[in-house]
Amino acid sequence: MEKQATRDAYGKALVELGKKHQDVVVLDADLSKSTKTADFAKQFPERFINAGIAEQNMVGMAAGLASAGKVVFASTFAIFATGRAFEAVRNSVAYSKMNVKLCATHAGLTVGEDGGSHQSVEDIALMRSVPNMTVVVPADGVSTARAVSALYDMNGPAYLRLGRPAVPVIYDQDSPFEIGRANRLRRGEDAAIIACGVMVSKALEAAELLAREGIEAAVVDMHTIKPLDEAAVIELARETGNILTVEEHSIIGGLGSAVCETVCAHHPVPVVRLGVNDVFGQSGEPNELLEHYGLTVEKIVHNVRDLLRKK
Amino acid sequence: MKQIDQQQVQRLKEQAREVRRQIIAMLGQAGSGHTGGSLGAADIVTALYFWEMNIDPQKPDWEDRDRFVLSKGHAAPLLYAVLAERGYFPSDRLQTLRKLGSPLQGHPDRSKLAGVEASTGSLGQGISWAVGMALAAKMDHKDYRVYTLLGDGELEEGMVWEAAMAAAHYRLDNLVAFIDFNGLQIDGPVEQVLSPLPIPAKFAAFGWEVLQIDGNDIRQILEALNCARLVKGKPTAIVARTIKGKGCSFIENKVEWHGVAPKGEEIARALAELNM
Repeated sequence: MEKQATRDAYGKALVELGKKHQDVVVLDADLSKSTKTADFAKQFPERFINAGIAEQNMVGMAAGLASAGKVVFASTFAIFATGRAFEAVRNSVAYSKMNVKLCATHAGLTVGEDGGSHQSVEDIALMRSVPNMTVVVPADGVSTARAVSALYDMNGPAYLRLGRPAVPVIYDQDSPFEIGRANRLRRGEDAAIIACGVMVSKALEAAELLAREGIEAAVVDMHTIKPLDEAAVIELARETGNILTVEEHSIIGGLGSAVCETVCAHHPVPVVRLGVNDVFGQSGEPNELLEHYGLTVEKIVHNVRDLLRKK
Repeated sequence: MKQIDQQQVQRLKEQAREVRRQIIAMLGQAGSGHTGGSLGAADIVTALYFWEMNIDPQKPDWEDRDRFVLSKGHAAPLLYAVLAERGYFPSDRLQTLRKLGSPLQGHPDRSKLAGVEASTGSLGQGISWAVGMALAAKMDHKDYRVYTLLGDGELEEGMVWEAAMAAAHYRLDNLVAFIDFNGLQIDGPVEQVLSPLPIPAKFAAFGWEVLQIDGNDIRQILEALNCARLVKGKPTAIVARTIKGKGCSFIENKVEWHGVAPKGEEIARALAELNM
């Protein structure tokens, strides 16, 4: 199976965007080799600004550049983009609806060996709670490239959550991608699995295993956490009567919470949230960490079976 | 380089006095807001909008306009008074300051009021906006200039120094930062709360050209702005010594007037002093 890190896809997509559009400006905070903005910097040095290790100022400068008509893509690790610079993101970018795309890499546990200090498990919750923010968590390289282009076309602030390790490519170039519209990847009436980011491919694998047991699980890639595709969530709740959410993020405030909020308000059904259980991460290999914190194909299968038993 | 003549200086002094009257009236009407800092920096912002900046109030979004960012966003009444006086909006709107639904928010909101360049109020962020704007000008090979006004207490924010480092690194000679050096912040004298002194040496060490003036002296402000236009390859900091509350004797240099509005008799007294 072909694999690609979403950050690699981001770096390539930025270069393409830069070729097409003169108003694209890219900022980074001394991590351009890791976030992959270095390719853009090499190709368009006059439109790349290294903010140095100063994330708050990077975000503030992004607002200033956007106010002068630039479409700004600002990158660093997710922990710093959404944590360190949070209040600048809120007050300088979101409050004024500035056209700044905060594209953060190294999100979640799969940062790996750098450990808990660098593993953002609360970034979706932070960004989702800010008014005017669009939050996108692509599942693979193809959808990342589509997201970058869609975010350029959309006027206003957005958060794009990207990962460090290579993940399976699940989409082809013709697959639909629209911000705010969930992608239903598999049909099934017994249970619904709603996933985002690196967990989408695992959800697909799990559904395959479940099918062998005669359990038909629907799989949805909820790449846009905000605005959430509420219609899709409600439809799934109606069809299957239970939902499992899966995300490489805290179970507090992320995809699972967003789905629960919608289901509670419109069509209450049992929802189980699979994610990081209100703890910090630690050092380890990405896959070891996913296993340690229960973000595996097996856990998805197990949880779907559990949901059905309670049905 | 612009000629400075005595008539112009006199005219700007009168304009600043009118701006101060508007500030008092507006704050009196609002019943809350930041009086001291708004009055103290009135000469600087008046000089920018009525003498220095290349702007057109009829075209607030004109691409090539000079830009001003009020980094010390709590002095919003000052910015609003100047914008109204300059013709960005009718001055009767000043009476809506801080009221529900008003474009004149407690701190400036660029999405609500034409002429406001940046949404500020969270200290330290405005200078970053200004750096971003100045970078954009360089990128586009445009010759517009960017001005910002920071409080001295605001210099305690670490983000200011991130921005200061970036401005010097990117050689932004199209950027001028005024430091409203009135020596007071909410909790007391800046030297007692958390001293940002010496201010000129800090900016110099960060690679800025530094000018020191009396920020309540119009002529000195104009001369400094002329000087800043001659600086090449680096940004300019104008450390402007001001009197917080300038123009109203009972407000001047009183820390308790940082964040309260004049009421009743105080309004009349302040206006009477400003009319003298």
